[in-house]
Amino acid sequence: MTATVDPGTAPDTATVFDLAKQTVRALNAELHEPTARRYTVLNPQGAHAVAAGVATDLTIDVHGHVGYYAAGMNDGGRITIHGNAGTGVAENMMAGLVRVTGDASQSAGATAHGGLLVIEGSASMRCGISMKGVDIVVGGDIGPMSAFMAQAGRLVVLGDAGASLGDSIYEARIYVRGKVESLGADCIEKEMRPEHAAELAELLAAADMVADPADFRRYGSARRLYHFTAGNEY
Amino acid sequence: MIDPALRESATFDRPTIAAIQRAAETGVYDIRGWGAKRPLPHFDDLLFLGASMSRYPLEGYRERCDTDVVLGTRYAKYPLHLDIPVTIAGMSFGALSAQAKEALGRGASEVGTSTTTGDGGMTPEERGQSKYLVYQYLPSRYGMNPTDLRKADAIEVVLGQGAKPGGGGMLLGQKISERVAEMRTLPPGIDQRSACRHPDWTGPDDLAIKILELREITDWEKPIYVKVGASRTYYDVKLAVAAGADVVVVDGMQGGTAATQEVFIEHVGIPTLAAIPQAVQALQEMGVHREVQLIVSGGIRTGADVAKALALGADAVAIGTAALIALGDNDPRYDEQYRELGSAAGFYDDFQDGRDPAGITTQDPELAARLDPVEGGRRLANYLRVLTMEAQTIARACGKAHVQHLEPEDLVAVTIEAAAMARVPLAGTSWIPGVTGA
Repeated sequence: MTATVDPGTAPDTATVFDLAKQTVRALNAELHEPTARRYTVLNPQGAHAVAAGVATDLTIDVHGHVGYYAAGMNDGGRITIHGNAGTGVAENMMAGLVRVTGDASQSAGATAHGGLLVIEGSASMRCGISMKGVDIVVGGDIGPMSAFMAQAGRLVVLGDAGASLGDSIYEARIYVRGKVESLGADCIEKEMRPEHAAELAELLAAADMVADPADFRRYGSARRLYHFTAGNEY
Repeated sequence: MIDPALRESATFDRPTIAAIQRAAETGVYDIRGWGAKRPLPHFDDLLFLGASMSRYPLEGYRERCDTDVVLGTRYAKYPLHLDIPVTIAGMSFGALSAQAKEALGRGASEVGTSTTTGDGGMTPEERGQSKYLVYQYLPSRYGMNPTDLRKADAIEVVLGQGAKPGGGGMLLGQKISERVAEMRTLPPGIDQRSACRHPDWTGPDDLAIKILELREITDWEKPIYVKVGASRTYYDVKLAVAAGADVVVVDGMQGGTAATQEVFIEHVGIPTLAAIPQAVQALQEMGVHREVQLIVSGGIRTGADVAKALALGADAVAIGTAALIALGDNDPRYDEQYRELGSAAGFYDDFQDGRDPAGITTQDPELAARLDPVEGGRRLANYLRVLTMEAQTIARACGKAHVQHLEPEDLVAVTIEAAAMARVPLAGTSWIPGVTGA
């Protein structure tokens, strides 16, 4: 590609990047100043920072497994990873959609401010850590310490949750269909009111997941650690 | 008047007794701002050997003595070229008022140096007034977003700070205004905790990949710093370099904080003086001294401190507490109001309270309005000029045409402790404890 064209007028055909032959640097440079609206990425072979820093509403399909920080800081892209994702997929996402058709490693969606992260398989520990407004839907299980210090957004888990779920949580809301091994400090089960069932149904629909909201339990902050006092461990 | 026959305990002195009484009364540990207040070996314990027979000095007022420094030459497409080797350390909007952040930007820009954001993100006031702005990438990631990341002139990955290596930040509810809360995605008025470790990497190998990601997002344009609180400095610096840092920032325990437990400030970390030689040794052993630049902070007050840090091997220094004092912190004209808060001008360290009479460490609109950012910027620029001229004065006296030409050979120590930490000879001897034998 030699010329930059207006993504709004570019033809709706996918430009192919083969990471067996091209570098991640070349891919990301192209995605930051796109000459197309759709991209197909082949042979990622566990590369790190694939499609990091996308700032426009590109559609990107990555075929294969990716390493750390795939779709990092995504700000509007619709990125699908047809495979598994390493640590920190969609970390600090601002907007857009990231979908992982396989499993995700640690810290999926960490600190993300917005957008939707869908993990069709399971996510490892620290899923949604310090989330700041993102919505995360996990088809399988999540590991320990997930939603640690989660500030805002929704985390939906169709499977089970590992130990210390929602430790030191602020205002994020967590919905879990399966078992919760244990709750972290200041995280409690909360009443599932109609508005929660409604938003859960919307999230499941947005994620293309089929489940009955009535099967889920809601967890959130007891707000007992919001102030340093003699009575808490802070 | 205290009876001179009364003898105060060195172990249980009056501040210690008061601390015990306060703890017994409240059941809550003490949180305060500032850095370590205990006596520590410091730059005051070093002296320069001016030129005489064996060294040729430069004329103090006329001959050229350059002060510029380039940061980020290792990998960044656009390194920072600063006019002076004194930068402004990271301090958050939240800890400081928007006016104070703007004043820091104005003052630094006037003399061609950089300012740094802090926990809580980048404000338009600060970006707008800062010619060179370093954007901190902290464990909390409060306010972190790729748009601001691309606006930054450099990125500083913060692992810790000298006042509290191993500790996260805190910002008490009094300072969580609507604006601060919105920037940090937090409920207003709560006591905010910042994470003590990064959420998506857990060790030096991960950090290398994180730095790669930040470079990819910013198209390899920006220098990436790694900041550590001084503790295991030799190893930390080696690991930071291995992870791909362009610049390493080492903050000694005299470095300030807006709010941390007193016990943490005074008992965790090592003095700045002890950290610098460790950092320099690490860089030299890896063959990257001067290629990976070293910024040192924690207790820098005078041009002599700047010169001594550079002589020990730093490329630049950063100031925080001193910059706030230059803006007007602890100004005697507010003494009466400091006393109403149970403190006094020269002692005030309750930055966590948000009731700063000088309007610097507060989010109270009326108090914050006391600081005129233009006047504050002018004062800071003046102070930075003085630091620079003082450092030049010393450099010329040592025969150096650039402040970075100062070297350990120009220094001696006046205490055994300082000689051992700084790895320079005890004055009048050739003895460097731990290096040259008895």
